[in-house]
This record gives sequence, C-alpha cells and structure tokens, in this order.
Amino acid sequence: MTVSARQRARISRGAQYAVLAAAVIVLIVVADWGQLQRAFFDPAVAAAQFPAIITVALKNTLIYTALGFVVGLSGGVLLALMRMSSVAPYRWLATIYIEFFRGVPALLVFIAFGYGIPTAFGVRFDTYVTVMLALGMVSAAYIAETLRAGLQAVPKGQLEAARSLGMSHSRAMVSIVIPQAFRIVLPPLTNEVILLTKDSSLVYLLGLALTQYELTKFGREAISSGGGLTPLVLAGVCYLIITVPLGLLARRFESRTERKAR
Amino acid sequence: MNASTSTPAPAAIVVDGLRKSYGSNEVLTGIGLEVAAGEVVCLIGPSGSGKSTLLRCVNLLEEPSGGVVTVGGVDVTDPDVDLDGLRRRIGMVFQHFNLFPHLSVLENCTIAQRKVLKRPQAEAVEVARRNLDLVGLADKADALPAQLSGGQQQRVAIARALSMDPQLMLFDEPTSALDPETVGDVLAVMRSLAEAGMTMLVVTHEMGFAREVADRVVFMDAGVVVEQGPAAQVIGSPRNERTKLFLQRVLDPTHVRGDAAEGSEG
Ligand SMILES: Nc1ncnc2c1ncn2[C@@H]1O[C@H](COP(=O)(O)OP(=O)(O)O)[C@@H](O)[C@H]1O
Ligand SMILES: [Mg+2]
Repeated sequence: MTVSARQRARISRGAQYAVLAAAVIVLIVVADWGQLQRAFFDPAVAAAQFPAIITVALKNTLIYTALGFVVGLSGGVLLALMRMSSVAPYRWLATIYIEFFRGVPALLVFIAFGYGIPTAFGVRFDTYVTVMLALGMVSAAYIAETLRAGLQAVPKGQLEAARSLGMSHSRAMVSIVIPQAFRIVLPPLTNEVILLTKDSSLVYLLGLALTQYELTKFGREAISSGGGLTPLVLAGVCYLIITVPLGLLARRFESRTERKAR
Repeated sequence: MNASTSTPAPAAIVVDGLRKSYGSNEVLTGIGLEVAAGEVVCLIGPSGSGKSTLLRCVNLLEEPSGGVVTVGGVDVTDPDVDLDGLRRRIGMVFQHFNLFPHLSVLENCTIAQRKVLKRPQAEAVEVARRNLDLVGLADKADALPAQLSGGQQQRVAIARALSMDPQLMLFDEPTSALDPETVGDVLAVMRSLAEAGMTMLVVTHEMGFAREVADRVVFMDAGVVVEQGPAAQVIGSPRNERTKLFLQRVLDPTHVRGDAAEGSEG
C-alpha cells in the first residue's frame, strides 16, 4: 500500500491526538481528586488567606515592583546615555556595570544589599530602600540595553532629516528619535516589568515584618503552618493576575509597531 | 543659465578645493563647484563617485576634511558658524524620503517650523498646507507617511523642506527609490520649483529632467568634477571620455553589457 506524504502526516497527527487524549483520560480516572483538592485547593484554607493575600501580599508585590522599576528605568536611561556617550570612560563604566549586573544572579545582589553591605559598612537600610536598590540596580542593566537597542533601531536618516531642518541634536532626539524609540522599546520594557514582578519574590531573603510580606513570602509562611499548598497556588494565581495582562499588553504593542512598520 | 538677469546673482553655493576622507579612503579629492542664486545645477556621475558626500558637505551632515564651502557667503566650515541656523536655510531631500513615520503628513511639515522657527501653530499649519497644496497633496494632510506611495512620500518630503522657507534646495537622487509610475509627479514638482526661481543642486540619473530643467550639468567621477557646462552640451555632446561612457550606459542600458568588462575596473 502506498501512502502519500499528506496521508502520512494526517495519520501521524491523528496518532498524536489519540495518545494525548488517552493520557488525559487515564489521569482523570486514576487521580485521587479528593486528595488533590486537599493538597492544592482547600476552600477553607483558601478563604482564610483573604483579605491579607490581597491587601498585604499582592499590594507589596506591586509596591516592590514599582519601586524597582522607577530606579531601574532612571538608572537604565542614565546607563544607556553613558553607553552611547562620546566620552570613552562613561562608555567603559556603563559597560562594566551592565555586564556585571546582567551576569550575576539577582539573588546574590539581594544578599549583598540585605546582609553584605549593611555588615561591611555598618549601615542599615530600610526594607523598602533595600528592595528598591537591589531590584532597581539589576533591572537598570537590562533596561539600559533595551533602551540602547531601541534608540539604535531608529534609522540614521531620521536624525539626519531632523538636523537638515535646522533642529539641534537634542531637539531632534526629543521630537523625532526618542518618540520612535519609545514605540520600539515598549514591548521589551513591558517584559522587563514582568521579570521584575517575579524577581520581587527575592525579598524573602530579607528579614520582613508581617506587613511587608509579598506574595511568595506570604505563601511560604502560610503553608508552613499546615494546610497544604493552597496558599502558594493562590499566590501563583495572584502573580498571573499581574503578569498575564502585561504580557497581552506587550503583544498589543508589538503588533501595533509591526503594522506601523509596513 | 538665463543670462537675461540684470542684477548679478550672488553665488548661493561656492565649493572650492573640497576634500573629504573616510579614514584612508579619500572620497572627494578637490571639488570646485559654484551654484548661482536661482540656478538649477544637476550633478551626475557613477555610483560611489562622491555625489552624496558632496551634497552632505554643503549642509555639513558630513564635515569636510579640507577646502572651502560657502553658502550664501557664509563659510560653513568656520567652527563658529551657527550650524542649525545654516541648515534651516538649506532644504534637503533624501533618496529614501526620511519622513517622520510617527507624525502625520501635516505634522511632518509643521514640527520644524514650530520647534526651530518658533512659528505659532496656526501660521505653521497655514504654511504647511500651502506647500502641501503646491506638491498636490493637500488632501493627504492627515495621513501617516506609511499610508502614502513612495512618490507621494517624496513630495511630502519636498513640502516639509519648503515649509522652512529655504534659500536653496539640495536633492539627493530624489526619484531613485521610486516606482517608475510615480517618478513623473516628483519631477513635475521639482520642475515647477525650478521655474519659480528656487536655487537647486540636484543629484539625479534622470537625464531628461537634467536636459530640460538644469541650467548646468556637472559630471563627477572618482571624487573630482570631470566636466561641467550647459546641460545640452554635457549631455548632448560630452567632451570627456569618462562622461561619454557614463552617459552611454545611463541613456542606453543595453549598451552596458557590451562595455561591462572594460568599464568595471573601478
Ligand atoms: N559614512 C561613510 N563612511 C565610509 N565611507 C563612506 C561613507 N559614506 C560614503 N562613503 C564612501 O564614499 C564613496 C562615495 O560615496 P557617495 O558620496 O555616497 O557616492 P554617490 O552618492 O556618488 O554614489 C563611496 O565609496 C562610499 O563607500
Ligand atoms: Mg548617493
């Protein structure tokens, strides 16, 4: 029997669907649903997490992320400008900074700010300041590279056309180049915020007061007092409530700039 | 050049001994060129001969390595010269239009008027609409550049430059990136500009346009001016061998094949 390539593809795809469906059915039949629910979604435990999981944990995650982003964006702008400066030492400094903070785990930076620097210099930072610096300094490195790529993605002819109309360099940057770079940079910048949201969980390394708990810390504390993994599942859902819309937003920006580019 | 003008026209552009190097690559090796006020000069020559570089040295998008360039009597290589002030008096039209894609057609024509000339919005809009009307695109004022054809975009670019009330216009192969059917509209706009008395220095491969519109044609090759004179003479009966060879290729593309081997030494 001869089978055409198209028939073979169809048979193969059918087989894959069949295997998948069988696996799902077996899981459904075999799984102990009562046990699973007790472990991952116990309604009583879930109810007990409210409202603190929202009013404290989710709120703090948002605050930490926002603080980190403010520092990260300001630092990123500064580093990107230094990176593209005509003054060589500025470029070196920025390059060293960026390579260092991109290459080192954020966890280490948190430990450094949480314990290393306070011990070494005998200073104590407020928790919010620590979070702001640690998250901000790491994300500044990534944001700087994103911004630089965005600025350099604007064709050289744009600056030349602006200059040929008599605009000064800074005027041309402000009115012509930066608005275009901004559109290019929005999707990767949105992704940066998603990463930052998740990195804010590293705050658990610092000694936190109850009111400073963010989602991960909150979830971990809650499961340590028994009651299965339900609090962590809820915390995960809370992360998704933040990150999924951001992801959708990034994709909207992307398709908008793509359409523009045609 | 119509010699009928009674007042002696001051030279709009004087280029003398202009040299430009990129590293060790000397692209312009002593260019001499004058464009009188109201004159239309077409610059022709093979690709890579330095035509764009010459144009870009006139409004200092490139810094000359040596020699003199004066525009309206101002030495542009003087370190104290007000570059932005100079550039806004020189309109420039690029091969690839370089319209601002994030701004509407009207905003493309008003932004420099407002930010550089500090014209009030209403006046800037009025000037922009007048120039858009001039290039036949008054109805496209609210469109984005991406919604226009190449020829329309190039006409907007001309209107954008004109909106700064320039004393002279530089064109760098304004029709080379266009679909053939839109070339005519752009050339027609340039022709009407020339007829209105605009001083123009035009890099082009449109020999028909050069022959009909240019007062003078300048042929450049390998960074020097090889031959210049009235359009009819340079294009109609060139004296220099290199000019002849170049014109043969441009005017009769099928000829290229036969001469390709001999001509591709550069
Ligand atoms: N920014 C630059 N850096 C280095 N070389 C350049 C640059 N711009 C132009 N050139 C060189 O200068 C020569 C002349 O270029 P150009 O003026 O663009 O010629 P044309 O416009 O006549 O085709 C070319 O060999 C080109 O490679
Ligand atoms: Mg060129």
